[in-house]
Amino acid sequence: MAHATTAEPAAPRAALSGALERHRVLAAAAFLAVFPLVAPFEALAVNILIHGLYALGFNLMFGYLGLLSFGHAALFGGGAYLCGIAIVHFGAPWWVAIPAGIAGAVAIAAIVGALAVRTRGIYFSMVTLALAQCFYYIFYQASDWTGGENGLRGVDLKAIALGPATLDFLDPRTRYYVVAAFVVLALWLLSRILASPFGAVIEAVRENEARARACGYDVTRTRLLAFVLSGAFCGLAGALNALHLSIVPIESMAIETSGLAVMMCLLGGMGTFFGPFVGAAVFLLLESIVSVWTVHWQLVVGAVFVLCVLFFPRGIWGSILHWAAGGGR
Amino acid sequence: MSAGGGEVILRTENLGKRFGGFTALKGVSAEFRAGALTAIIGPNGAGKSTYFNILSGAFPPSEGRVLFEGRDITGLPQHRFAHMGIAKSFQITNVFPELSALENVRIALQARVSRYDIWRPRARMTGLVEQAGEILATVGLWARRDRAASALAHGEQRALEIGMALAAQPRLLLLDEPTAGMSPEETRAMMELILRLARERTVILVEHKMKLVMGISDRVLVLHHGELLAEGTPDEIRRDETVRRVYLGQREH
Repeated sequence: MAHATTAEPAAPRAALSGALERHRVLAAAAFLAVFPLVAPFEALAVNILIHGLYALGFNLMFGYLGLLSFGHAALFGGGAYLCGIAIVHFGAPWWVAIPAGIAGAVAIAAIVGALAVRTRGIYFSMVTLALAQCFYYIFYQASDWTGGENGLRGVDLKAIALGPATLDFLDPRTRYYVVAAFVVLALWLLSRILASPFGAVIEAVRENEARARACGYDVTRTRLLAFVLSGAFCGLAGALNALHLSIVPIESMAIETSGLAVMMCLLGGMGTFFGPFVGAAVFLLLESIVSVWTVHWQLVVGAVFVLCVLFFPRGIWGSILHWAAGGGR
Repeated sequence: MSAGGGEVILRTENLGKRFGGFTALKGVSAEFRAGALTAIIGPNGAGKSTYFNILSGAFPPSEGRVLFEGRDITGLPQHRFAHMGIAKSFQITNVFPELSALENVRIALQARVSRYDIWRPRARMTGLVEQAGEILATVGLWARRDRAASALAHGEQRALEIGMALAAQPRLLLLDEPTAGMSPEETRAMMELILRLARERTVILVEHKMKLVMGISDRVLVLHHGELLAEGTPDEIRRDETVRRVYLGQREH
């Protein structure tokens, strides 16, 4: 009886979240299309989208495959630097620079991945951390190419030529829609990957590595492929960040940036489709609101993070999904 | 019951395994014939599990070779065994706990056709779901197909594991103490299932309880202190003096 009464109001909720799950890319596109009309803070919205995309790439490894990387800054920063170098040093157009950023991040992911995927647990975290620090140092030292500690300046993109039309990238709203288009594309790709046979393999490897191996899955190669895919998403995020800021700060590659992905992912809900974006939104909103009245904003954001991990271990979006599925708080 | 007179499908030559200073297995040479149901028995610590783990690719031997269908497979990585046609069930229940029973078998089936495809929607691969359903029916779990594997009873999880092993369409099926921890009814059901499966493929089974396997096996291997003590038909093993001494000696403790 008690079961029946709690299950009943959950039915429409479950139907709604089921529909959202089935049409998740369409829902995201619709939301992002109207978002600037209700909340006209394009610069913040762009920042949220870019960091959400970065956390999405990280989530593929952490949430879906179950490996905690502390080195994703190398992928985000690598994407940013390669995109920036293509523009600053080679005068490349955007449609070369962005793929260059993705390719750079994929290459770094292949190197870090090849060395790290044989380990697991804390060792995986440490190996990725150490290798990311190596890449930080390389990019820091190669100042002729990267600007060293001053960052790579002059990553200017004024307009995007699309056939006869030209999009003014300096206009905040246009810029928002350009970034949102890339984000929707990335969400569609991720959705496709998760629904593919490989998506099931990722899940199987997370659930039970030994059993996956006995079934005939090469766990090491599965992880490497997932890491490289993760690198592609993070590289795209990095490249967009370079274009958005017109500079690649060396901090893009720093350990704090790796930590950022972990925090955003945990805040939003690891292993959930929209969790990384929810996490990025909450984190950056908190940052922009709290930093107005205190320079110690990190203290407040940190406290919120700790409370969230303690009382909502599923993360914000994860808790909402759990509630919608009819399972209490 | 036939004496399992097929050709040799699996052969071990002088197989040994040391863990540090401890010798778990020493000079085990044996042949397994295609189509036969062979039981590997022995008291605790006889090296059964070590032998099984080498046969199934969990770890390589310290010395000796394993030949499957004439091919040297010593030390190949675990995932290659399934591709070659060797599947196993674990001694400790080992399933994908949060996935449904159907998905457990479906993912095992998928390993044969698609391992790195990131593009095709798997919702279109309906053939795998149908096959998974058939396998679940074979192992008696069709009615439980939508249950999470972790929500199944112990005996059901063991049956699910065998279903997953069958999904690889193995020519050689390796079972490590398939009735461990089972109730008498579950044990009987499992034994019937194993007999049924053994009609269509080669089965090697590790078992601690001697009585259980004597009635169903074509051949029996007895390991003791990491060495091959005796080999033969169940009748020969039953009459074997050294085997009786080992098993009787153990019962006195």
